[in-house]
Amino acid sequence: MATNILMPALSPTMEQGKLAKWLKKEGDRVKSGDILAEIETDKATMEVEAVDEGILSKILVPDGTDNVAVNTPIAVITADGEDANAAPAAAPVAPVAVAPAPAASVSAPAIVTNAAPAESEIPAGTAMVSMTVREALRDAMAEEMRRDGDVFVMGEEVAEYQGAYKVTQGLLQEFGAKRVIDTPITEHGFAGIAVGAAMTGLRPIVEFMTFNFAMQAIDHIINSAAKTLYMSGGQMGCPIVFRGPNGAAARVGAQHSQDYSAWYSQIPGLKVVAPYTAADFKGLLKSAIRDPNPVVFLENEILYGQSSDVPKLDDFTVPIGKARVHRVGKDVTFVTFAIGMTYAIKAAAELEKEGIDVEIIDLRTLRPMDTETVIRSVMKTGRCVTIEEGWPQNGIGAEVGMRIMEQAFDYIDAPVIRITGKDVPMPYAANLEKLALPNIGEIVAAAKAVCYR
Amino acid sequence: MAVAPAKSAANAKSRATKPAASAGKQSNSLKEFNRDEELEAYRMMLLIRRFEEKAGQMYGMGLIGGFCHLYIGQEAVVVGMQMASRENDQVITGYRDHGHMLACGMDARGVMAELTGRRGGLSKGKGGSMHMFSKEKHFYGGHGIVGGQVSLGTGLAFANHYRGNNSVSMTYFGDGAANQGQVYESFNMAELWKLPVVYVIENNRYAMGTAVTRASAQADFSKRGASFNIPGEQVDGMDVRAVRDAGSRAIEWCRSGKGPFILEMQTYRYRGHSMSDPAKYRSKEEVQKMRDEHDPIEQVRARLLRNKLATEDDLKQIDAKVRAVVADAAEFATHDPEPDPSELWTDIVR
Repeated sequence: MATNILMPALSPTMEQGKLAKWLKKEGDRVKSGDILAEIETDKATMEVEAVDEGILSKILVPDGTDNVAVNTPIAVITADGEDANAAPAAAPVAPVAVAPAPAASVSAPAIVTNAAPAESEIPAGTAMVSMTVREALRDAMAEEMRRDGDVFVMGEEVAEYQGAYKVTQGLLQEFGAKRVIDTPITEHGFAGIAVGAAMTGLRPIVEFMTFNFAMQAIDHIINSAAKTLYMSGGQMGCPIVFRGPNGAAARVGAQHSQDYSAWYSQIPGLKVVAPYTAADFKGLLKSAIRDPNPVVFLENEILYGQSSDVPKLDDFTVPIGKARVHRVGKDVTFVTFAIGMTYAIKAAAELEKEGIDVEIIDLRTLRPMDTETVIRSVMKTGRCVTIEEGWPQNGIGAEVGMRIMEQAFDYIDAPVIRITGKDVPMPYAANLEKLALPNIGEIVAAAKAVCYR
Repeated sequence: MAVAPAKSAANAKSRATKPAASAGKQSNSLKEFNRDEELEAYRMMLLIRRFEEKAGQMYGMGLIGGFCHLYIGQEAVVVGMQMASRENDQVITGYRDHGHMLACGMDARGVMAELTGRRGGLSKGKGGSMHMFSKEKHFYGGHGIVGGQVSLGTGLAFANHYRGNNSVSMTYFGDGAANQGQVYESFNMAELWKLPVVYVIENNRYAMGTAVTRASAQADFSKRGASFNIPGEQVDGMDVRAVRDAGSRAIEWCRSGKGPFILEMQTYRYRGHSMSDPAKYRSKEEVQKMRDEHDPIEQVRARLLRNKLATEDDLKQIDAKVRAVVADAAEFATHDPEPDPSELWTDIVR
């Protein structure tokens, strides 16, 4: 029977890629394990192997095709004498959803900015260049490493492998092995080593392959890095950045899908940053590297491949501790950050159709939190919904809601509603994972509820 | 001639002595101290001893709160190591840190006032017994989490290596911390990257109340780096000369770019783990025997007199000076005001 060869996924979050090159041609006989083609994404190149014997009877996607969606049939393999056209129809192989689909898909939207960052951050007339979050982070590190010889990056696979998520791509080539340091898989140890080096005044950037693994190092992040300045009566600080992907990726299960925003944001002595746009990732990472304090810099794997405009400036920084009004509106305030922004933007578009005008605040920094911007917005709209992927108890939404109660109680016309990840460990099954995360439907419903609509 | 398989590069010089076995013996291989060195060691060890005795008293009077871990009995370790090190070498240790700070030259008033939680304390009263630091004296704490200082101390060595400044990190920890996972993560990276760090394991025989043999599958701590090819040596940590000797070799090893070195200092603490520990897990006789036969200060004192390097009067004068320093520190720490309430909110971030 004829078999379709499908475009494979190289990672849990890959949605499309480039069919770079066919290594076999139509009519070639292939056997299991033969390399058929090379595919590329922005972070890796991989070979597609045949899994069956037969004749490569038809190539459906030619060399050099960009943006081939995962699971698209790219070729047909037939048995001897069989007709290629007898291949099964190119049906999508996605499982049938058994849960009600959320009101809108949340998969990999491009980052939409319909409000520029605050004017003070970008001079008028600045040219913009579109880049991925991944590139923005790389550029931020490279610029700061050029500027200051005390800055170095260490972590698992940051050097020769070019980064597990390709964020440190090219840094080894430019800065050498002294400043781009592959570590053994020992988070507790290398985080402690980096903190010790920072106590002497060096400026380490510690990449955790994901923040899930930073739990092994959390003692040094909190007990050694965050508290030393205070415990030393101001004598000895710790200028260090802990960065890496945080939160749920896609289908990687409970131990690899957790949002640590609330955890770190509770600690005095730390700064905690969780941006959304490529510009903010770049500008805030540069600020974090220059900051004399320990900064936990939370990234998101799903955002890495998304592009948005970054100002073309020699030295573009974004101040830590300032929220950004992403969308101006008058009816209800959404307070969110990081990947929460993707939900907020989509929900706001839905609500606009129903005549509800949403103001979206991207917190960007979680500690110190820019309460002033939140309160100013809530005083205007009188209503607030918070959105985050983290768990509800003691979450960022809980904190924002409490601050509103403390500082703007007389201005609010409805109780604040938090939309959060569900209070469960992250399940693996696709439908359950979707249910565990926030969805547009519940955000829209919450917005209507606080507007009494 | 048959040679035993080398367990380490320093095997030829290693001395697998236990304090009990080395009592009163003179080792021929030991480099003797000259008069100045003996007097320096005597004065500094005595300062630590008297300081700690005073701290114990003040704890009893309620002037010092929280945890207070005294170094009495272990003085030869840090004093000998400091005699072997250079000015820019760093020191980092755990919570039993008062002796290390004094040996680094930090001000006795500042240390004592930190113990009493006063504004003149080295951390303005905000750190306490376990958390003091001095950039100027290259003392990096003072850490309360068992084993934490081992990774941090390796990081100090990383910074030395990065800067190429030829300094060595003296990273102290106890026999208890030696069982922590991060110690071995650090050993691995230190040897992999050839970092200049001397791991000084102060084996005082008890991790809090647990005897070494009850907690350690391998109680020869000098071998703890074997899987990483880190050489190690056991040292009579009650003999300041043996400590300086071994320390000099280890530091030279590190400074010449060969990577880390482990020194197991076989020592003994006379007091409990902390002030609140009655030390019921060992006999009074065991402690008394140590004091009588191995006391690090008495050893120096006896040598000074025996070798006619000092008279009883000379030593009395030193004692009086040390007592005056400690009395002044205690006086200051008792009357210095508490921190201003506004200090609650300072030094959190820069």
